[in-house]
Amino acid sequence: MSTPEPGLLVALVGNPNTGKSTLFNALTGLRQRVGNYPGVTVARKSGTCDLGDGQKVELVDLPGLYSLAAASPDEQVVIDALSGNIAGDRRPDAVVLVVDSTNLLRNLFLASQVAELGRPVVIVLNQADVAKEQGLRIDTELLSRRLGGVPVVMSSAWKGEGILDVRRAIASAVAQQTPMKRVAWPTNIAAALTEVANVAATDTGKVVTEADAQRLLFDTNPSTADRLGWTVAQREKTLRSARDRVRNSGYNPMAAEPLVHYAHLRIVLEGVVTEGAGKAGRSAAVDRLLLHRVLGPVLFLGIMLGFFGSVFWLAKFPMEWIQFGVDALKGVVAPQLDAYPMLQSLLADGIIGGVGAFLVFLPQILILFLFIGILEDSGYMARAAFIMDRLFSWCGLNGKSFVPLLSGFACAIPSLLSTRTIEDPKARLATAFVVPFMSCSARFPVYALMCAAFIGPLYGPGWQSVVMIGMHCVGLFFAVPTAFVLTRLVLKVKPQPFVLELPRYQMPKPRDVIWRMWQNAAEFVSKAGTVIFAITIIVWALSYFPRDPSVAERIKVANPSATEEVLKAKVQATYVEQSYMGRFGKAVQPIFDPLGFDWKITVGVLASFPAREVIVSTLGVTYSVGEGAEADSQHLRKAMQDAKWSEGPRAGTPIFSLAAVLALMVFFALCSQCGPTIATLAQETGGWKWAAGSFVYMTALAWLAGTAVYQVVIRLS
Amino acid sequence: MTPLSQLLPGQFGKLASLNPERGVDQRLMALGLLPGMVLKLIRRAPLGDPLAIEFGGQVVSLRLAEAENLIVDVSADCPIQRPRQP
Repeated sequence: MSTPEPGLLVALVGNPNTGKSTLFNALTGLRQRVGNYPGVTVARKSGTCDLGDGQKVELVDLPGLYSLAAASPDEQVVIDALSGNIAGDRRPDAVVLVVDSTNLLRNLFLASQVAELGRPVVIVLNQADVAKEQGLRIDTELLSRRLGGVPVVMSSAWKGEGILDVRRAIASAVAQQTPMKRVAWPTNIAAALTEVANVAATDTGKVVTEADAQRLLFDTNPSTADRLGWTVAQREKTLRSARDRVRNSGYNPMAAEPLVHYAHLRIVLEGVVTEGAGKAGRSAAVDRLLLHRVLGPVLFLGIMLGFFGSVFWLAKFPMEWIQFGVDALKGVVAPQLDAYPMLQSLLADGIIGGVGAFLVFLPQILILFLFIGILEDSGYMARAAFIMDRLFSWCGLNGKSFVPLLSGFACAIPSLLSTRTIEDPKARLATAFVVPFMSCSARFPVYALMCAAFIGPLYGPGWQSVVMIGMHCVGLFFAVPTAFVLTRLVLKVKPQPFVLELPRYQMPKPRDVIWRMWQNAAEFVSKAGTVIFAITIIVWALSYFPRDPSVAERIKVANPSATEEVLKAKVQATYVEQSYMGRFGKAVQPIFDPLGFDWKITVGVLASFPAREVIVSTLGVTYSVGEGAEADSQHLRKAMQDAKWSEGPRAGTPIFSLAAVLALMVFFALCSQCGPTIATLAQETGGWKWAAGSFVYMTALAWLAGTAVYQVVIRLS
Repeated sequence: MTPLSQLLPGQFGKLASLNPERGVDQRLMALGLLPGMVLKLIRRAPLGDPLAIEFGGQVVSLRLAEAENLIVDVSADCPIQRPRQP
């Protein structure tokens, strides 16, 4: 994403859990833009930062990472961004390295790698308050001298302390362009790096920097070679001989980089940190409780059920308000357009209904992200992954898949967005793919209607609950093998090791959590929103046209004694029947015949592809009880209970037999009937391939399972 | 010499060898887990896997299967600059 205004670009880089985002928010004061890096699903967050003297720079917050070795898309983006290899993005004029003051050695490893890029650097020793509490004293002047005179400042972004110092340090780094002292490579490694750089430059005719040469020599990942266009045939011999050279000097080429950097840093840090009297952190004590063999899982379940229960319940009220607002708006707008029925329906049912249908997801998204933010920033998310990993690792997912899958029971949209917390691209994709199988809250009205109309009256409330619970498990039953097959057989991506830092517990900063929640929601609205809107309009048009005005007259004449209400319902049912959707439904009914669906159910199924809960109101229309049908509507239940096959081999038997009812519920449990989910899946997986795959797979699976259920049950009963 | 996966909770060991060709070990090396480093197995997850280990002032989780190839020396008198609790 290009930024049009000229000016200086400064990149913020650091390990995860260093308070980097908090510092970013403090420096930019929430004047931020969120975009995406081209071709990858890595967010590009940037903002304007005042350097304290009126000078303004663009500050970009790069993803948190431990090493520049390109193992994940996030890491690749950081390397590319720092070396100016991202299309439309400039090379940063300075790099701010955010460092956890309580663990300088590990944090400076990344800094030392970044130094190899030769950019001016500022070292920010963040979380200085925690270091002070632990009794650590850091000689920033000594550290600055040892690193070649780059600015080293202390800050506590959480408390808002030292922010001005950071601004000034950036200003001086930009002005003075002091590079950070680089590591001294042992002679043989230096020679190997030069050799690689020279040959690569000759072979490709491109500029190959020292940093490029390091990635080529030290990484197994070919991304740098690919970017340069250095082919396998060209590089194989050179790299082998260069690596042999490294090996001959006593270093394993795959270990040389960390060994040399860490040795360098141990010397740099000598005498920089002095340990005084201080309190040990409480994290270990908290972990003894939260990761306890018995209490840990119990507390974990309690926290998760508490959180996600409240997503459900807290969102219920604003969702009702939005629904109420949308209905009220319809009620105001519709009568104004009585003279133009087409425009009236387009505006009320199409546009307002369509926008409303997806705005209704917003409360759940906001609340879920609030909770995920709290879980992440507090440090508990990593513990949750630690506790749950065993349950997921065998089918190729990991502990971090748990939260998205659990929240999928509320709604797939926010849950798909929350898969962003999974670093391993393979596990992330597989998790996103199976999330839509979780029984979301929009399936509930379908189960509720069917259970209340058929299961309850016929078999009693006990069976009604059993079926309800069973339906919530159907998706899960298919999701696990799906994930297994997908990760083992389909995805050829190499699995990432699950190495996870269990960071220090910390109080989440409300501003950060709320801000992130807001950014995620805004992104959802702007991206998925447009697609959802388009789908809704298309389905509206298909079920509205063609509309012959004489139909209403004919029905009025044919039913002289009918009340106004009954008449209206009949007219509407007829219109739907002869609309494109209705005709299409009748035409494709044979496809759904093995599941025991008549054409009315088929129309309902088709119309509910953008949003599955639409089935209830569509059945309301096709069964002529009017549009306002709800899951607990007596009229609709009665109409459905009375419905019989009028022709064919099943003539005279009830349409909603036990077999058909179960088949319908299983079909809805598995079918991909949610426009927003498809749109979000496309957005989160970086293209329509996986979204289309998910749609086809789930829909086919739903048909097969529905058919199996119908055919088995009809033979048994 | 013992695989890290066989350490008891609370037990210290000195990393004797790792396999730099493996992705996991590369990650651990980036975090500073290099041969000669003293580490401590803090605990196993409630289901037995993964493990939480501590080294260089940080706590890191890794899977049992990944810990099997990390060889530690438990007999070495661990001159542990006792890792500070983060």
